[in-house]
Amino acid sequence: MNSFFVGSATAGAVISLISYFIGVSVKKRWKLAILNPLLISIVLVIAFLLAADIDYDAYQSSAGYLSYLLTPATVSLAIPLYRQLEILKKNAAAILTGIVSGVLTSLVAILLMAVLFGLSHEEYVTLLPKSITTAIGMGVSEELGGYSTITAAVIIITGVLGNMSAEIVCRIFRIRSAVSRGLAIGTASHAIGTAKAMEMGEVEGAMSSLAIVVSGLCTVAGAAVFAGLY
Amino acid sequence: MKYLKQFTVIMAVTCVGEILKYMIDLPVPGSIYGLVLMLFLLIFRVIRLEQVREAADLLVEIMPVMFIPAAVGLVVSWEKIRSMLIPLFVIVPVSTFLVMGVTGKVTDFMIGRKTDKEGTQ
Repeated sequence: MNSFFVGSATAGAVISLISYFIGVSVKKRWKLAILNPLLISIVLVIAFLLAADIDYDAYQSSAGYLSYLLTPATVSLAIPLYRQLEILKKNAAAILTGIVSGVLTSLVAILLMAVLFGLSHEEYVTLLPKSITTAIGMGVSEELGGYSTITAAVIIITGVLGNMSAEIVCRIFRIRSAVSRGLAIGTASHAIGTAKAMEMGEVEGAMSSLAIVVSGLCTVAGAAVFAGLY
Repeated sequence: MKYLKQFTVIMAVTCVGEILKYMIDLPVPGSIYGLVLMLFLLIFRVIRLEQVREAADLLVEIMPVMFIPAAVGLVVSWEKIRSMLIPLFVIVPVSTFLVMGVTGKVTDFMIGRKTDKEGTQ
């Protein structure tokens, strides 16, 4: 089975796609927030790999091209954003203020909790870019002397958590406008959260996409300043 | 030919994004340059929506699946985060929920203030 996966160009991708499809069906059937399609599919794939005794590398070699599509898919987020351009123009000041305050909240919260837990400087800068998209986050972490592989793992965990909790958190905080919900999700949980925002609505998805870009760039500058504080 | 054309446009813009990443020495990935570039090309009508729409919608729709391989990879990188496990259990959820709440509330407040102003004018 393992050697089949190494040689296959589709096996890993098919397992991933079917798992996600099961995840979506389960969510539709029971509608509980914890039954997040992405989380379900991750658990199913891991369970399958363990049960069939397939190593991660073998799975990765036959599922990896799903990840290669991530770059053109991220570029394609410009299309829903373009469709909502009027909303973006009309609320430019509110949007920018919202994202910047979210980025500052992230940096301050991580600083305070790093002090609280007595993290080392390296561990602190590893976490600073945890809410932004993986490629920017790893670059920031590396530049500031953090452990970029841990950063990548924490970014993915943050994204999946954001994807799972977006609807509940927006309800608890009583976030009223679709624009605000989209920005909240994108600023807190980058592209993985954006996948959820897309499901919630076109405006949410577009604003979440915008937040990936703006919060990512703000964090590049902000993290460099915050790295000097602890 | 529609899909071929659309896919070509998206891949070409993505590739220009990667070229920009190669030339500019910043921790910004090619996908972000590509997204911003695509948006500007659409705004300035260099690319029309019909030239990318269906292929882009397809990519965006299947995007969640693209995160599965990396997330499954957490099983392998588990060892690396073990030393920070307890702080992470607190820091990740607290900061994620806080950022979501603050961003949403601040934007709501700003939008509300603008609408109020417009209402009284």
